[in-house]
Amino acid sequence: MSGLTWSGTKPKVLEVNNLKTHFHTQEGTVHAVNGVSFYLQEGEMLGVVGESGSGKSVTMMSLLQLIPMPPGKIAAGQAIFGEDDLLKISPDEMRQVRGGQIGFIFQDPMTSLNPVLTIGKQLTESLETHLGMTRDVAHKRAVDLLQLVGIPMAESRLKDYPHQFSGGMRQRVMIAIALSCNPQLLIADEPTTALDVTIQAQIIALIQRLREELGMAIIWITHDLGVVAGIADRVMVMYGGLIVERADVITLYRSPQHPYTQGLLGSLPRVDSDRAERLTNIKGQPPNLLTEPASCPFAPRCPYAYERCHQENPQLLPVSDKQEVACWWDIEQARPRYEY
Amino acid sequence: MSTNNQEALVRVTELKKHFPIMQGVFRRQVGAIKAVDGVTFDVYKGETLGLVGESGCGKSTTGRVILRLYQPTEGRIYFEGQEITNLQGDRLRKIRPRMQMIFQDPHACLNPRMTVGSIVSEPLDEHSVVKGREKKKRVEELLSLVGLNPAYTNRYPHEFSGGQRQRIGIARALALNPEFIVCDEPIAALDVSIQAQVVNLLEELQNELGLTYLFISHDLSMIRHISDRVAVMYLGKIMELAEHTGLYNEPLHPYTQALLSAVPVADPLLERQRKRIILQGDVPSPANPPKGCPFNTRCPVAVEQCFHIQPEWRQLRPGHWVACHLAE
Repeated sequence: MSGLTWSGTKPKVLEVNNLKTHFHTQEGTVHAVNGVSFYLQEGEMLGVVGESGSGKSVTMMSLLQLIPMPPGKIAAGQAIFGEDDLLKISPDEMRQVRGGQIGFIFQDPMTSLNPVLTIGKQLTESLETHLGMTRDVAHKRAVDLLQLVGIPMAESRLKDYPHQFSGGMRQRVMIAIALSCNPQLLIADEPTTALDVTIQAQIIALIQRLREELGMAIIWITHDLGVVAGIADRVMVMYGGLIVERADVITLYRSPQHPYTQGLLGSLPRVDSDRAERLTNIKGQPPNLLTEPASCPFAPRCPYAYERCHQENPQLLPVSDKQEVACWWDIEQARPRYEY
Repeated sequence: MSTNNQEALVRVTELKKHFPIMQGVFRRQVGAIKAVDGVTFDVYKGETLGLVGESGCGKSTTGRVILRLYQPTEGRIYFEGQEITNLQGDRLRKIRPRMQMIFQDPHACLNPRMTVGSIVSEPLDEHSVVKGREKKKRVEELLSLVGLNPAYTNRYPHEFSGGQRQRIGIARALALNPEFIVCDEPIAALDVSIQAQVVNLLEELQNELGLTYLFISHDLSMIRHISDRVAVMYLGKIMELAEHTGLYNEPLHPYTQALLSAVPVADPLLERQRKRIILQGDVPSPANPPKGCPFNTRCPVAVEQCFHIQPEWRQLRPGHWVACHLAE
């Protein structure tokens, strides 16, 4: 864990140290998460960016013990939340945390709601279990929650089933469920990926409003660098189950230090500026995770890679008080970053 | 890429595609999903026309109707001046090789039991005379054209990643030397870094082979990058059509304005200053579109007449068309 303190010294809500998650499959062991450490402060929004297979979702699922075990296995690590280590507590204790102190929103609003239960039932369920509310009290709270997330005619819509809601509305219901027990931490896993841009704008505005009103810490997982640019305080970029770069949002976009982050930003066309002749693309394919990374996982695709990149895996180390990067090469100076 | 050469390769006029809704024991038609409800546009030779809109706006259906994969309900389709709206049998088969399609989902559009070689050579078997060694040579040529190793002909689709599979789909579309390709969300299922690879490939192929694209996507940034002209669709109708600079720098339709303001930009300082137009509500059902302007239920500036009269399709700037009562 680095001692960077760029966004003040508020108490930490969550601190994850050296998390490793593996999946034992027929083809071999998939090293999905290979030693990830991060923390989150009260009220902070952390953006987690990466492509499919980068380990961003598996990291968060591991914290909530939502990894199917077997084949999954949390091989190492620690996740301090309050007084508990989330990776050590019993399934019963975890059930108290999940949906209670930690709320979460999944990508696909179509499949994360139960189609045969009414919205009201699904909303009041967690209120009754976690907060011990009676039916009537829970019902009232459910109405308030639906109003909070901007669903009109909340009272009557509680009797409706998920298929009677549109995609955007379903995601609002998911957010209402996630917020029902006043969580300290909200994990949103690609919450807007399945939605159209105009609906995405609605949901982002909603979460920003709720964050101001309720003050919880948020982890926002996405593959879209545009989405986190506007809302996150800090961003970490993941590749091959590792954090390759982490910085406050403005620094990351202004001066990305990792070749992968640069490549990602370069491969995005912009809606607000004239078109580039050609998109800079990242050559090659995402890494095969069947072996634990002994060298830099990005080296085979990296335009700057030299000997050392193929031999040793760089650690995530600070380059300024606002930015950390895991790379042997200093892009700005065009020379190796560290002495041998 | 030259739009000076304004010869229309594809022209559609007042094109409509309504899917019937059947109900009851006797399967009587009780209504229709108006997926495409009167669109008119040209695709010029050698250009890329971007067709952008939210899900359910009819953009994919438009692409498929043009290729005669669906029979249009009304309207006309011309290909190089020849009307193809009602062609049947052999005469339709003759035109088919000249227009092809690239599909969205690289996992679903390739038969898992066919080798890459047989996938790419299938159009050759159907439509052309190349056989034996010559066919094999053509397949290898196509694979290297899209950046795949020609030695892969005997492999199966599951052995490839998403981006590579999309390349196989592109090789198949190119097999018969088409002039016109409908790209239906070709990059939507791919990771960002792979999207750029595929888009660059499509652009290279266009320059090399002089292809004309109808590029369908919901991604406004990618449409801006790849298109010469852009058409914005909403509820089965085209709201605005212009050269890409005109459309992005001076959007005239309130829907285009809202759509552009909703796209997040990868620039934190700019993002924090931007004013978003946040549209309320959802897209109405195409089975029961609103009277007047289709956008009137969500339009932030709608006035009385928008709820009664359908706006005309007007040219407000040279080459910049818009369907809105209020645009000037």
